This record gives sequence, C-alpha cells and structure tokens, in this order.
Amino acid sequence: MSGEVLGTITLRVQRYRPDVDEAPHLVDYAVPWGQDTSVLDALTWIKDHLDPTLAFRWSCRMAICGSCGFVLNGTPRLGCEHFVRDYAPGPLVVEPLANLAVERDLVVDLEPFLASLERVRPWLAPDPDDPPGETGNRQTPEQLLAYHDYAMCIDCLLCYAACPQVALAPDFLGPAAITAAVRYDKDSRDHGNGDRLPALDREDGLWACTFVGACSTACPKGVDPAAAIQQAKAATAAAWAAEFLLPRRGGRS
Amino acid sequence: MQTVRTDVAVVGGGGAGLRAAIAVAEAHPELDVTVLSKVYPMRSHTVAAEGGAAGVVGADDSLEQHFADTVSGGDWLCDQDVVQYFVEHAAHEMYRLERWGCPWSRTDEGAVAVRRFGGMSRPRTWFAADKTGFHVLHTLFQTSLQHPSIARMDECLALELLVRDGRVAGVLAYDQREGYPVLVEAGAVVMATGGAGRLYAQNTNGAIVTGDGMAMAYRAGAPLRDLEFVQYHPTGLPGSGILITEGCRGEGGVLLNAEGRRYLQDYGLGPETPVGEPRNKHMELGPRDRLSQAFWHEQQAGRTVATPRGDAVHLDLRHLGRAYLRERLPLICELTEQYLGTDPATAPIPVCPSVHYSMGGIETDVTTATPLPGLFAVGECASSGLHGANRLGSNSLAELVVLGRVAGERAALFALAEPAPADARVRRDAADAAARHLSLMGRGSEPQVAIREELGRAMDDGVGIFRTRAGMQRTAATVRDLKQRYADVRVADTCPVYNTDWAAAVELGAMLDVAEGLVASALAREESRGSHQRLDGFGERDDARFLTHTRAWWTPDGPRLEHTPVTITTSPPATRAYGAAGAGGAGAGGAGAGAAGAAPTAATEEAGR
Repeated sequence: MSGEVLGTITLRVQRYRPDVDEAPHLVDYAVPWGQDTSVLDALTWIKDHLDPTLAFRWSCRMAICGSCGFVLNGTPRLGCEHFVRDYAPGPLVVEPLANLAVERDLVVDLEPFLASLERVRPWLAPDPDDPPGETGNRQTPEQLLAYHDYAMCIDCLLCYAACPQVALAPDFLGPAAITAAVRYDKDSRDHGNGDRLPALDREDGLWACTFVGACSTACPKGVDPAAAIQQAKAATAAAWAAEFLLPRRGGRS
Repeated sequence: MQTVRTDVAVVGGGGAGLRAAIAVAEAHPELDVTVLSKVYPMRSHTVAAEGGAAGVVGADDSLEQHFADTVSGGDWLCDQDVVQYFVEHAAHEMYRLERWGCPWSRTDEGAVAVRRFGGMSRPRTWFAADKTGFHVLHTLFQTSLQHPSIARMDECLALELLVRDGRVAGVLAYDQREGYPVLVEAGAVVMATGGAGRLYAQNTNGAIVTGDGMAMAYRAGAPLRDLEFVQYHPTGLPGSGILITEGCRGEGGVLLNAEGRRYLQDYGLGPETPVGEPRNKHMELGPRDRLSQAFWHEQQAGRTVATPRGDAVHLDLRHLGRAYLRERLPLICELTEQYLGTDPATAPIPVCPSVHYSMGGIETDVTTATPLPGLFAVGECASSGLHGANRLGSNSLAELVVLGRVAGERAALFALAEPAPADARVRRDAADAAARHLSLMGRGSEPQVAIREELGRAMDDGVGIFRTRAGMQRTAATVRDLKQRYADVRVADTCPVYNTDWAAAVELGAMLDVAEGLVASALAREESRGSHQRLDGFGERDDARFLTHTRAWWTPDGPRLEHTPVTITTSPPATRAYGAAGAGGAGAGGAGAGAAGAAPTAATEEAGR
C-alpha cells in the first residue's frame, strides 16, 4: 500500500468455504489504510498479506466492470469506489451481496440473474417491415435520451441485494433484468416490445415489484430501475387496453 | 474431468471473442460455438475502454488518410495489407454495432457523431460518451444471447491449449464454479484473451489482463510477435493507473507542466494551439508514444508535479465547463470525484504515463490465422500487424469487431473443412495437464505477492518508456530469478471452487513467460521505433536492420528469436512527423497512402528512410 498510512481498520469479513464450513462466519482482519485506500484495496491487501484463501471478484478498479459488489456495513456498494477512510475507525463489516446464494466467501451465484437477463430478450429487434440499411438508423439526441440512463447498467447486482422483493420471491426477474428490457423497449430503433412482454407481464415479472425504490437508491450508476419498472407497468397496461379495445392483437407502446 | 465437444472454441468473452462467436453463429448456425471466459463476459476488460472506435465516415475523410495515419502512427511497423483491410471494413462494423443497439453519441440531426483522437488527421472516432468500450461490450454480449448455437462457459479459466499432430485439438480449462477441470475438444480455437498490461506495476488495466492466452499459445508452439512494443497511455492517475481517456484531449483538454506551460510544444508537437481549439495531430492530439516520452523528459528536467503517488503533469479541462464535461465526459467526472475528490470543471487532473496496451501478441495474418493450424487469435492478445510499433487510440476497439468477425468466419470454415475427431491421446494429455496444474494447490513457499510486485517493478524500470541494454539485462535477470522462485510458488488455498489464490498463480506463470519473451525481444531490437525507445546509442529508427517484426518462439531454455519481414504495400517508410512538421501531409505516409489500392509490392526489409 503506497502512500502515507493514516491508520489501521478492522475489516470484519464474511467467510464461507462450502466443502468445509457448516455456515458463513465473520473473521476480523487489521488493515493499514491511507487517503486513497478503497475497500477493494483493503481486501486485496488481506489476500496478499494475511490470508490468500479469501475469495472475491474484482477487475477494473474503476466502477465499470461491475465485479466487486459487496454489502458494506449493511449497504450494497462497489468495493472499488468506496474508501476505507469513510469507515474509519471501523469495524467495517464486508458481506457478500444479499439475496443471492453464496458460493464461497464474498462470491455469490450470478446464474439466476443471467437466466433472467436472457428471458427478457435484451437485444435490439429491427423493424421487420423496414429494416435499417447498411448505414444504420438515425437517432436524435432526444431519442437517445429516452433510454440512455437504462443502458448504463453494469450488472453489478447491488439492486438485487437491496430489493426486498428479490428476497421474498426468488423467481422475480429483478430490477436489472427488467431495466435491460425497458432499455430496448424505449429505444427508437427497436421493435421487440411485444416479444419481451410475456416475460415481463407475469407475477414474477413486473408485477412482483412493490415500488419500494431501494434498487434506485443502491444503483452506483444512477440507472433508476424503479422508474424503468413503473414505465414498463404503464406500457403493459396500455398494451392490455389495446388488446381489449382494438380489433387486432399486438399493441405496441 | 468433464469433456465437452464443440466445433469452435472461443477463449475470452470480451469484444473480440463475442464478435467472433456471433460471426460463427450468423455464418454457420449449424456449428456449435463455445465461449470460455474466466469472468462473466460483461466483466471483460473491453468494458474499460473509454474514448472510442475509429471508422471513416463523412465526405472530408478518406480510407487513404486513415491508412496513412495508422501506418505512420505505427512507425511503419504495420503490415499494410492488414491496415488496408481494417480501414476498409471499420465503418461497416461500427454501423453493424449501431444496428445491434450500440448507443453511439449523435449529432443533432441524428447521425453518428465522431470526435478527434490522438494521431488521427480527421475526426473519425465513434464514441458513446466516454464509456465506449462498456457500451460496445454490453451490446455484443446482449446480442450474443439471441443465438442458441452460442454456448457459454463463464468463470472457466483456460489453462492449456492442446495440440495433436501439429494442429489444435482443444482447450483445457477449469470450471471455478463447479470446481473441476473441463476439456473442450475443438479443432478450431479462437484466442481472444486480451493483453498483458498487468506485467507492469503502473498500468491502466484490470486485474484480469494477465497475458494468459499469449502464454498458452506460446507454450503450445505458436510464436509471439513484437512483444517489445508496449503502449504507455499518457494520462493515467498516478499510483492506481486509472485511465483518464484521450477523449479529454480530443474535446480540448490541455497538458501543463509544473510551471503551467503546455510543454508538448517543446517536443516537436507545436506550435501551441489556442486553448479550446484542439487540432488533429498537434500538441495534445499527438500520438501516445510521443506524449509519454515528453513526460519522461519533463520529469528528468524536474518540471513535473510531485503527488503522493508519484510524479504527474496536469490535464486541464476547466475551460470546457461543467455542463459540457458532464455530457461528453461523465465517467471522467465520476472518477475524479471518487478517486481524487475533485471536479474537473474546477481542478486540473494529475496524470502520468501508465502501461495501457500490448501491441505485440500471438502472430496472425490478415485472416487472424496463426502459424499453428486451427489456432486463430484476435484482439489485444494477437499481433495482427495493424498497430505496428505504436497503436493509435480508437483503432483497437474497431479492430475487435473488424477482425473479430474475420476470426469467427475463418474458424468456422476451418472447423468445417478439417473437423477434429475425438482422440484418446488428447484426453490423456489433458488429464495429465490438469493434474499438473491442480498439483499447485496447497503447496509451495514463495509468496505470489512478492513475485508479482518484483516483476512489476522490474518491468517498469527496465522496459518502460525509455530503455538501455544494461537496464533490460537487469530486468531479464530478475525475470529469470522470479521464474525459478515461481517453481516453488505458494498456493495456500485448497478449496476446489473459486480458488482465486490458485488462479492468480496460474496467471502469474503466464505473466512470467510473456515477460521473458518481451524483455528478450526488446534487447534484440537495437533501434528506436514507436513505443520502443532506447537511450544507449540506438536512438534512431534503423530501417536497414529493423524494418522487421520480432518473432519469439518458446523453448525450455528461454525464448528463441527471429526477425521477419514487414508487409509494405503502398507506403514506404518515411519520416514520422506531427505538429507543424506534419502539417500538409509532408511525411506521415501521405505520399504512399494516396496510392492505396495500387498493386502491392513485395514485402521488403530494404526500404530506406
């Protein structure tokens, strides 16, 4: 750890080795810190100097790869963009993301999320009647703005750790997956709303959300999944209305 | 050991690997393609690319100019057939990303916007604010989900490339989630594992950028090429190396030394351009190697700013104003706020050169084929010949998709033409290799952290921005010593799942092999070219001796080197000039490039300056 050491903090880290441990438990580590020591730096210091068996995910160090989500003193956060100085003198409790199965130590199971993401068909469906030519679509800055914030999701799953409904309903698509669907639904180039609707318009889709808004508070990228879900609910209701009121199926919002 | 059979195996789930997989699925949906990645694909380091991707659009730009900029930017070490193919297909692939949903930044009329970038004579860099790599990666990942023929093996660490009868037979990997080794039998393998920036201590790269694929190919008998060319990005944060995009300078940011002087005018990049009026290929929009070298000279002269994490110069964006910065450079605003506690609208950003990109890698031709039949390589792990001795910013994101598509299509054709039958010998080899790798768990006495940190320091010191024989020899000796210590590397963890202690040891082994090849290649190049600059009497480019690629073959006794010709088609080596000296197309390859499309001449080692 280069730079001046300003103090030592206790990191109380949840450990769990599935082939040995009955249950997760907390272990204390004393870690020296300086002005720019991130929580991720502190964890790598533990791994390098105290216990190389500590398992956690990390890569980019700049809050864009989405790997290093943990629960820090009860709040889901990215380890790389929060600093030990803000938790001094400690202790700082580091736990794996809540509401996701723990595979080992701070590593959680992402497979259910990947399955949810695939279920909402998060890809652009071109206009079947008028596909764009070689040089693509035009899209004005205003049209870009309509979905832009929803495209900023880094799949870090802090929102899943924050969401009370994910805890209660394990099959709930969850904030990030729904946001991915809405991101394409609101893209002027896309014509796939109808394809995404069956995954969304289910009890374990949109309707499991009770609009607590914890996802939007937790999001490190300002994505506002709660707003995405509310917009999708409104659009889905409009699609219903179209189905009942109009002579043909397949209303598109 | 589990065995999986697939037609095409792609190792790496970043931009290049995903583009290759999609190409296989689109061209040959009847083929199975399996993407192995040691992280979930959206974690791949493509995600961290900020500035943009180059592709010629608009009436005031031309393929000839993109070609000329790239060739001169690469100090004439580019294979010009590859550059030609690349510039001809770049915009096409950018538009394809557009049709897949990439949120490119736009003009008011709704056309794709382009920005200026270092070493490019025209604005031709497509961008999605300053998160271009992030958007390209997520667009490719989400697009890949619609193809049922693409299977993914996420969090599977590739360990070894299997070769039988002189051709590729598959990949041995370890499934971190399940906790067992997996043999992926495939007659065609695309290596797309990224670069090796983590060899150095001061670098912009994520933890995963450890040269694994380069090392696997190298040990399996494919040569690594031009490893000595390592790009320093001139603007990383001191200490962490966190990347501050070149887009900052494209938008008009300026670099100031401790005296507040725009010092680049003293290094052949002037005359000074007015603040707020960036000019292509001048001052702050010079190429990365020149800017990093200028920093070194300023540091020697005592004109840098001391920070707790090392010397820096100031990147000043204040004149751009808060609103514009938030719109065009939102990530930079977030990063400076989090890591420095400052706002770029009110405080300049301390920056220093940081290792950013490996120009060298697994040797390929324009079809992404390596000399080892069945092995293809693409992206930063490859040496395609596009970047030469210095990559221009925004050419590599474009390379991922241009050559990623080629890699997928070529690998698919190879799989169809020469399918690899199941082979008991391959399975035995794989079982032996798996046992060897797994035997590292729970043994050894040499701490990894010491080896890794000494390697980083030795690389920074000996094969950094400027190099000498004595310094390189010291680094070579250090690497040899570290390799010996690595033979007894400590792996304390014995848990079969998410054993990141063991995985890091595997990666460290790869880093040491690549480092050894890199230092040997640098020692052998007795000239200065692009990012390889010497201070020991070889300060000039020497086309008579070194208009050549460096090729390193793995042997048990260390790298065996040879030099091979560079493919020159239309642009014979000329003076590489920026600023006033480069204005008007004098030098900079303008003459030759104007004739792009004329009959190629034979590859040459003879061309003079």
